[in-house]
Amino acid sequence: MQIQMTVNEKKIQADIAPDMLLIDFLRAHGCYSVKRGCETSNCGLCTVFMDDRPVLSCSLLAARADGHKVTTLEGLQEEAEGFGAFIADQGAEQCGFCNPGFMMNGIAMFRENPDPTDEEILEYLAGNLCRCSGYEGQLRGIRSYIEYKKQQADEKGGDA
Amino acid sequence: MPDQIPGSTYRYVNRPVRKKDAMALVTGKPVYMDDLTPHDCLVVKILHSPHAHALIEEINTDIAMKVPGIEAVFTYKDVPDKRFTMAGQTYPEPSPYDRLILDRRLRFVGDAVAIVAGESEKAVDRALRLIKVKYQVLEPVLDLHTAKDNPILVHPEENWKALCPVGADNKRNLCASAKDSKGDVDAVMADCDVVMENTYHTKADSQAMMETFRTYTYMDTYGRLHVISSTQIIFHVRRIVANALDIPKSKVRVTKYRIGGGFGAKQSCVTEVFPAFVTWKTGRAAKLIYTRQESQIAGSPRHEMEVRVKVGAMKDGTIRALDVYTLSNTGAYGEHGPTTVGLSGHKSIPLYNGNMEAYRFDYDVVYTNVQAAGAYRGYGATQGIFAVESMISELADRLSMDPVAIREKNMVRQGQTAMAYYNEKMTACALDRCMARAKELFGWDGKPLARDMGNGKIRAKGVAMAMQGSGISGVDVGSATLKLNDEGFYILSIGAADMGTGCDTTLAQVAAECLECDIDNITVYGADTDSSPYDSGSYASSTMYVTGKAVEKAAAQLKEHICAIAAGMLGCQADEVEFAADRVRRADGTGEVLLKDIATKSMSGNREPVQVTVTHSSPTSPPPVMVGMVELEVDRETGAVELLDYVAVVDCGTPMNPNLTRIQTEGGIAQGIGMALYEDITYSSRGRILQDSLMQYKIPSRLDVGRLRVEFESSYEESGPFGAKSIGEVVINTPSPAIAHAIFNATGVWHRELPITPEKILMGMRKK
Amino acid sequence: MLTINQYVKASSLEEAYELNQKKSNVILGGMLWLKMQKRNVGTAIDLSGLGLDAIEETEEAYRIGAMVTLRHLELHGGLNALTQGAARESVRRIVGVQFRNMATVGGSVFGRYGFSDVLTFLMAAGAQVELYKAGRMPVETFAYLPYDRDILTHVIVPKRSMKAAYLSQRNTKTDFPVAACCVVQDMDAGGEIRCVIGARPMKAVCLRDERGILAEGITAGSAQAFGDYVTETVETGTNLRGSAQYRKIVAGVLAKRALLQIAGLEERA
Repeated sequence: MQIQMTVNEKKIQADIAPDMLLIDFLRAHGCYSVKRGCETSNCGLCTVFMDDRPVLSCSLLAARADGHKVTTLEGLQEEAEGFGAFIADQGAEQCGFCNPGFMMNGIAMFRENPDPTDEEILEYLAGNLCRCSGYEGQLRGIRSYIEYKKQQADEKGGDA
Repeated sequence: MPDQIPGSTYRYVNRPVRKKDAMALVTGKPVYMDDLTPHDCLVVKILHSPHAHALIEEINTDIAMKVPGIEAVFTYKDVPDKRFTMAGQTYPEPSPYDRLILDRRLRFVGDAVAIVAGESEKAVDRALRLIKVKYQVLEPVLDLHTAKDNPILVHPEENWKALCPVGADNKRNLCASAKDSKGDVDAVMADCDVVMENTYHTKADSQAMMETFRTYTYMDTYGRLHVISSTQIIFHVRRIVANALDIPKSKVRVTKYRIGGGFGAKQSCVTEVFPAFVTWKTGRAAKLIYTRQESQIAGSPRHEMEVRVKVGAMKDGTIRALDVYTLSNTGAYGEHGPTTVGLSGHKSIPLYNGNMEAYRFDYDVVYTNVQAAGAYRGYGATQGIFAVESMISELADRLSMDPVAIREKNMVRQGQTAMAYYNEKMTACALDRCMARAKELFGWDGKPLARDMGNGKIRAKGVAMAMQGSGISGVDVGSATLKLNDEGFYILSIGAADMGTGCDTTLAQVAAECLECDIDNITVYGADTDSSPYDSGSYASSTMYVTGKAVEKAAAQLKEHICAIAAGMLGCQADEVEFAADRVRRADGTGEVLLKDIATKSMSGNREPVQVTVTHSSPTSPPPVMVGMVELEVDRETGAVELLDYVAVVDCGTPMNPNLTRIQTEGGIAQGIGMALYEDITYSSRGRILQDSLMQYKIPSRLDVGRLRVEFESSYEESGPFGAKSIGEVVINTPSPAIAHAIFNATGVWHRELPITPEKILMGMRKK
Repeated sequence: MLTINQYVKASSLEEAYELNQKKSNVILGGMLWLKMQKRNVGTAIDLSGLGLDAIEETEEAYRIGAMVTLRHLELHGGLNALTQGAARESVRRIVGVQFRNMATVGGSVFGRYGFSDVLTFLMAAGAQVELYKAGRMPVETFAYLPYDRDILTHVIVPKRSMKAAYLSQRNTKTDFPVAACCVVQDMDAGGEIRCVIGARPMKAVCLRDERGILAEGITAGSAQAFGDYVTETVETGTNLRGSAQYRKIVAGVLAKRALLQIAGLEERA
């Protein structure tokens, strides 16, 4: 079947099988950041945005994304670098395989709630599993990123 | 003061350097096997056995072969009848040669029945359903207690063989068996005030690394089989694939890219041989990616162990003897069976070396018809330490002694010769300082063992110690090749495998420190069997201690070559110049040449090599040690456990990169928490694993781990690079015993089987 | 592995209904559960073009479209004010935000899954389902009807004056519950107590105060007695997450605690 979707602001038209999953569609179109860690919607590795909301691309038919806007980490490189640097400064990226899904959902969280408490961070990201880090380093990285953003905002506010 | 890290003088050692690959990873760059290998290749899948024990009576692949797009279907009739082991170990492997690529006898639910290769996943899936197999279903051996000398044999075949004298006997379902002791244990026990004995049981937990097992293979320009795999052990994979396919080693090349986690899982050849066989037979590129389910049922999990511990002590808490017997379940095949079991005693008993007069450590490793086990972080030490540490806490309770005090009285200390650790001298051991610091950080002395919070919750504390090794003494080999290039940049080639742990970066830190250059001036390449220097691989906590030392030595040698070229350029003798970071100077101050000019010179009319390879191996394996303390709350009405605080103080020698050693520790503790509280493997009555997905096999989420607080109390190990020992494995060993101890303090019930679920806790309290 | 021969985004409920009469066809909810099944689907019918993704508020009720996600329910101010956050509490531990952005109320309710937190909450809240052909009926009735080929279009939560509390016990924080409990005191029904136990692991069941244990009001004593009654009465089963016996005990504890919460005798977590 024919579908059309906007992936990272680029229109893509394709002829797909009705049961093609969005993750496979995206990887076939060069979005290799999107990873698969399970088949049971439990790990969060395959997180992408559909119409700016984080969803699990392993459980979504590509057909259902017809006419929608899809964003992967390839389309959010600047944000990923800005936020990711703070994870990297903790060494918390480790094997990195869960990173893209984690970064995506982290970015979604910051958009919904720019100043979350620790409890809100843990709850929002609970669906993103990581087997390497023990999560503490990720939390430290997120906290220092938030502090940095606040400082930046204060400085900007000061200038104005 | 050899115990102090003179860190302030170092530029890179003991510095929190950002991992070299970090930004690529956090921005989702395509750096893993399936991202980098072509997709127009054969899709390979495995038909797995539905039975725990069966013989293939008939197998018909005709209909499957007719599915459009199917290239090949292979069965046991097609593969070499030459047994091998999938264990990534130094040759001759202690693990028995007990496998074929495909066998007529199926030994566990998930064992490989057939290999299907085709143009698309859909075609292969359809073909898998159309393979007609007639099984002769046999009675399986599912209980590890009845496996030894059971009339039903897991490996009755005549061509089964053990290469090493590990006490294996396939006609007794024995993968390994041994007895070891020092002193007269029975006599010492008879003379003790208190003798206690209990048995502890741990399960066949999964590593559950986020990237499942996967391999891509193709025939290269020279007619060689190139295996690109997510593996910790490229050189062992080369040997294993050649053995399995019965082809010369020279025909195989193995490369790894980034690995999405290993934890030991990828120290076995779980997927490699299947696409390799397809490619060798068809000449076509092939790829096999295991699903999470396959990784759970046909992977390489922790050995289930039952550990019986007997301790003899005096009323004052002096521990005089330990007697440990381990029954280990290797499952259907013997990968890492003979070796993991050794650590259950040799890395638990020595913790109590202080007043030890005698010890005994016996074991049996049995074959059963369940998933074959493998290597998982901790490698038997985890299981043994759960048992011994629990026993010591039980002893402390019996003697009404503070559980920390009894450990302080008996723990192994620097300078001692550890009788149960091959009489190795503890050259660098800060376990005492780890305990002291943990006590302080945790506030141990200010907290009761348990207190009723008045809201239905009981808050309690627990403690455990742990040790591991740093590489396999006398066996592990680490090598480093260092090369000077244009403009003076260096390339460091290694055969060790960075699986997320950061060894590409930490080894570069060693090189940068030695070569007095910026870390960005060191490019790291790893790992490829054609171009990397030989390395046993990244396992057994060896990479920093063994390969790191090779890097240090290689840098020293390379500097000599650089100085020799410089001396030529300066018209003097090599002993008249000195290496000075980005230049070489004449010692008398009369001249100097820049490193970039030496690099240029090295490529013109030069006979002095600017590339060196150094190989290192250590006769000893200095143990990293640590202390873990946990505070938790038990809900007395539901048995639910809430972790509140986990304090860990670690002595890994010099922490090469404090960020990465910290994350290793936190990650290991989180994995250990999962093992202690909910990661479980159970079987149906016919031997099928019930926890075959991340939906049923629950690993910790970030809401489950509580707060972790990690500190380092470093000793300085002279034989390691800049005083380093190891960090990767020791960190998973304290949660199970510390948590079991705290739950005992909260409820008065010892849980000697993992995981300790809320149901077990509540039912335990009610039974009391 | 799930295969789908055809995908149709329905343009009307009638079209969806017609297509759904064939046994091999299936209505898509969030597809999370469907995807894990080994199944060959003829036509997958998508309702996402039918405007069923809104929560409409009327004077009497909140009318939740079948395609409303669990995350939408979680964040809905009105429903959470009505239920003192029980709506949010019932879904917030389900896997993760991404999952809840996909899982639908309609899919959860139509599936009538034993593990369902949402079904447990809605049953206690006295909700009704609206089916395309069969019309309206209480969730409590619908839960026990045999599966048929009708289409669930809405779930209606009546705006009754109620006190509600939702509690669950899980082996890990984001796992399926070992037991779940939602207690609602319906002030518009004379203070009737509905105590629904979910994840038994069979379908949720509603227990009422048939013995009048709470007739004199909710006190520490009567709540304990009612909890004991739940433990004694509720039928449970065994699965990987817990035994029948353990579930009975935990169900009683959760019921007691939920009662104490709605009576203001115990703090909400």
